[in-house]
Amino acid sequence: MITLNHYLALGALLFAIGLFGALAKKNAIAVLMGIELMLNAVNINLVAFNRFLNPAQVGGQVFAIFVIAVAAAEVAVGLALVINLYRQRLASNVDEADWLKW
Amino acid sequence: MGGASPAVFWILATITVASALAVVLLSNIVHSALYLVLTFIGVAGIYVLLEAEFLAAVQVLVYAGAVAVLLIFGVMLTRRGDIRKSNPFHSYHAAGGVVSLALFILVILALGRSPWSVQPGYGPQNTVGAIAEAFLGPWVLPFEIAAVLLLVGIIGAILLAREVKQEK
Repeated sequence: MITLNHYLALGALLFAIGLFGALAKKNAIAVLMGIELMLNAVNINLVAFNRFLNPAQVGGQVFAIFVIAVAAAEVAVGLALVINLYRQRLASNVDEADWLKW
Repeated sequence: MGGASPAVFWILATITVASALAVVLLSNIVHSALYLVLTFIGVAGIYVLLEAEFLAAVQVLVYAGAVAVLLIFGVMLTRRGDIRKSNPFHSYHAAGGVVSLALFILVILALGRSPWSVQPGYGPQNTVGAIAEAFLGPWVLPFEIAAVLLLVGIIGAILLAREVKQEK
């Protein structure tokens, strides 16, 4: 019997893995991958709450679609920033982005 | 709840978590990106288990399709040096691991104490129609704002990644 808590624990585990990736990686694209994992974990939680707490409505799924839209915009702008950083400094490590003025 | 057997959940959860760990732990960033696709497909399977078929299709199209291809483009455009050591940890990885593990334990402890009022029942047979009615009914304003956000994201990405002309 799979309960709501199973899905929430899976979401928490995925979120923790993504947070570790975002915190501990040097490459900016790997940091973006960690953020994508965290957003997916949040989506699992939203859909699981929708399914178990209020199955007649689709509010949680609508929220998950908004999260997907925001994540797509975020990864496009983030990659543009990384490519710009690479052009200026020939590096894609987050350690290199330590200046305040361009 | 639901008709699917628990084994399906455990298999999908194992695939998702194992490939997510591979994304974080592998030292070749191209392999990380490919395992990220596997993670997204595992999450799509979880959506099917939760009777959100439309969301599973969107997940495969947007995440496993578009986002993964964008990330691989990013890897290829910023490649330098040896690809086999392209995804290193920096010096704070131990602190990052402690923070993530602490957050995970905290959430699990909180889960054990939360009394959810689980409602029995089934979702709508046709989730596409229900989601369409929700988008064009009560959520029409956020829907339009999301469209504007995507447009701003596209223009911003083009402006940022455009070739810079030398002015001097």
